[in-house]
Amino acid sequence: MSRARQVAPPREVEITLNGEAVSATEGETILQVAKREGIEIPTLCWAKTLTPVNACRVCVVEVEGSRVLPPACARKVEDGMEVQTHSERVRHSRKMVLEFLASSVDVSTTPDVSRWIDEYDAAPQRYGPPAPAFTAGERDRLRAGHHVAPDGRHAATVKQPPKIDNDLYVRDYAKCILCYKCVQGCGTEWQNTFAIAVAGRGFDARIATEFASPLPDSACVYCGNCIAVCPTGALMFKSEFDRRQAGTWDEDRQQVTTTICTYCGVGCNLELHEQDNEIVKVTSPLDHPVTRGNLCVKGRFGFQFVQNRARPGEREGDAPPPPHAADGTGASGNGASGNGSGGHGPRGGGPPT
Amino acid sequence: MEMQDTDVVLLWGSNAREAHPIFFHHVLKAVNAGAQLYVVDPRRTTSAQWADAWLGLHVGTDVALANAMAREIIHAGLCNRDFIERATSGFDEFAEAVEPYTLQYGERVTGVPADVIAEVAHAYARADRAQLCWTLGITEHHNAVDNVLALINLALLCGHVGRYGSGLNPLRGQNNVQGGGDMGAIPNRLPGFQDMETNEEACERFEAAWGTPIVRRHGWHMTQMLEAIDRGDLTALYVLGENPAQSDADSTHVGHLLESLDHLVVQDIFRTRTAEYADVVLPASASWCESEGTVTSSERRVQRVRAALAPPGQARDDLEIMYDLARRLGHEWPHSSSEDVWNELRSLAPNHAGMSYARLEELGGIQWPCFSEDTLEPTWLHGRLWAEPFEGPPAPFNAVEHDPPVDEVNDDFPLLLTTGRRLDSFNTGVQTGGYRSPLRRPEQLELSIDDAERLGVADGERVRVSSRRGSITAPVRVERALRAGLAFMTLHFPDEVQTNLLTINATDPKSGTAEFKATAIRVEPLSETAEETVEAAEPLAALGD
Repeated sequence: MSRARQVAPPREVEITLNGEAVSATEGETILQVAKREGIEIPTLCWAKTLTPVNACRVCVVEVEGSRVLPPACARKVEDGMEVQTHSERVRHSRKMVLEFLASSVDVSTTPDVSRWIDEYDAAPQRYGPPAPAFTAGERDRLRAGHHVAPDGRHAATVKQPPKIDNDLYVRDYAKCILCYKCVQGCGTEWQNTFAIAVAGRGFDARIATEFASPLPDSACVYCGNCIAVCPTGALMFKSEFDRRQAGTWDEDRQQVTTTICTYCGVGCNLELHEQDNEIVKVTSPLDHPVTRGNLCVKGRFGFQFVQNRARPGEREGDAPPPPHAADGTGASGNGASGNGSGGHGPRGGGPPT
Repeated sequence: MEMQDTDVVLLWGSNAREAHPIFFHHVLKAVNAGAQLYVVDPRRTTSAQWADAWLGLHVGTDVALANAMAREIIHAGLCNRDFIERATSGFDEFAEAVEPYTLQYGERVTGVPADVIAEVAHAYARADRAQLCWTLGITEHHNAVDNVLALINLALLCGHVGRYGSGLNPLRGQNNVQGGGDMGAIPNRLPGFQDMETNEEACERFEAAWGTPIVRRHGWHMTQMLEAIDRGDLTALYVLGENPAQSDADSTHVGHLLESLDHLVVQDIFRTRTAEYADVVLPASASWCESEGTVTSSERRVQRVRAALAPPGQARDDLEIMYDLARRLGHEWPHSSSEDVWNELRSLAPNHAGMSYARLEELGGIQWPCFSEDTLEPTWLHGRLWAEPFEGPPAPFNAVEHDPPVDEVNDDFPLLLTTGRRLDSFNTGVQTGGYRSPLRRPEQLELSIDDAERLGVADGERVRVSSRRGSITAPVRVERALRAGLAFMTLHFPDEVQTNLLTINATDPKSGTAEFKATAIRVEPLSETAEETVEAAEPLAALGD
């Protein structure tokens, strides 16, 4: 009756990694084994909490007897496998991947990429100056089969203005490398909301809501689980985006404290990113069994009430609550306007910061 | 977190998709891997949309449904005879009691088709592993304890308890409901959930440690306290982090009670509506981000909360406030950190003994019981029911009878209002009001398509909603998830719409929980003379202050 759970104990296998004999466990990926052996293989579309989709190809390695270069994040080790993680062919392939991405996408907020560009002698600028940026919404209107070939003098680009259509998320698709992680996180892997998918073909492919509608008109439930897996900063909490724009985002001044969400009894671990006694971002540990890095809208964004502080020291003060009518007939407060509905003195009633 | 390894999930009176979203991730892992999900809820909720079958029962007919399922399981020969014989008591009386609950009777009372009741009964009984989960749809009724017992009977009948992947799961609504009870915030329990009326050894242990006698008496729960205020037996109240002026049923009455107290102290992170009745307000730190300590989740996992922010102004840690209070009352408690307090708890509560702060940190939380620092117990409870040889008392069946909601639907109050939560908001909205949720919409009276049509009201139109206790106005939202006769509201926006002016203070005699889930109401369209209606409502509005 029970779904099959009879699993044979995994076998030990021997592989050769860059010429060295290495023991591994059946079922492990080349990436896992290399990491354990202290060998860095770059990854972009891989995440600890998602099934590999083999989209970015930056982690490819050479496997003896394999015609193509398989991705280390997905390829499982086999007994007797001979793997080269940094051969000439591998280095060349990674260089091309990094050049294509960095010449067409803004990778300025992608961790490690500039280091890899140096390491692999990638020269994104050799593809020419970037093509003109798209206007807002222009890429969303591109139709499959109607691709306009580039002129060859410019580097193709996905540059476009960021989409800011709500108070919680910013979608800056000029930074999107189409790794699919957000689609996975929103879909069957975790959230099962299916608010976003890949639209278009080839270089015109992009992440889109249904009919490219603004997020508030989409199926999105603002769990932020897409942002949690985004490797480039294309998806960003508005709290972070705004501070970056204002030049006040400073990770060196941030402390991360792990605590427990207050909004239900499931016990989700929250990582509160604090800067100057303000929570500026909330994440969840990828390796905790309760959340696996995921949260809901309340856990992810519901922290604001502790820091809606009109003035320091005023919380215990006697500011009267906003006018209200018990039966609602006189209340102008509309929940959709956000802060207005929770007025309970300084802590709840201050302007949003 | 065994949920994803189970075969059948019964979600009963729970809209976990919105109220426990990350728990529902685990359910969806199971569903996507082939498990069956059945959702029992009067509303076709966003959780029900994932179910193999939605059992849209009439509000307050849970016992009838559970009993009809039990009878079907017994008659189909699907009950777990071995388990019943070895580990339970009272089966024969139980079987006799459910005998009148035929599938046809079940259909007539609950509104769930007989064949669907049978399908779910068979699926649950035949499953190798099955989880039965519930929340306030079960417990916010005047017969809450009976409802829970009816579900426990089902689990005992099929042996779906005490094994990995099989069990009974009440999903808690706040991060420390479980922990509060475990730590003794229950009228008859000492920390460690030790019974002060029956566990003499525990009482003596606490008396030795605290140097003060433990009064071996069942105290009052919240509802009994309100009754005691009414009688004049309770004249002073110290409220910590609770907002009864808005969260309790029949708020008008609660307001009068709070006003009548000689002395009211409110310790909270907000100046809540309850604080407006207070003689003294003690500003506290937010326990989850401005203070150190532990909380215990629904799965009995004790985890650390830590301070990330300095509290504003004169707000202080609850612990510090209590130290000062003790000193003013003439008790010089030695000043201790949260870890010291926790270690004292560990020394007095055997089921938490092995949970040092260091170990909680290392293991990402520990599920109780945890008796020593070098052991971990199984993650599921009641394993003893399967142990060879059998030890301890057998698990009793408790026959319970269907008892409809107290607030009767009749010609004057023809609709039944049930209450619940939405994804982006929390309880009375004190906390969630602080962030700008794009999902948020104002409080609305949700009506079925049929009822909206009959009343001649459309989306957004304001109506007057009246129960036997009060009357409010709210805009209408026509909602496809509701069947004719059923209406829905939340309690998220009490400053706009005081839903709890309508609800009934009919409480369960044992748990003290009010029947928030079933209020008979009348809905009237507001005519062109809306101005008059507003004026007529003003006396009620004043009561809220």
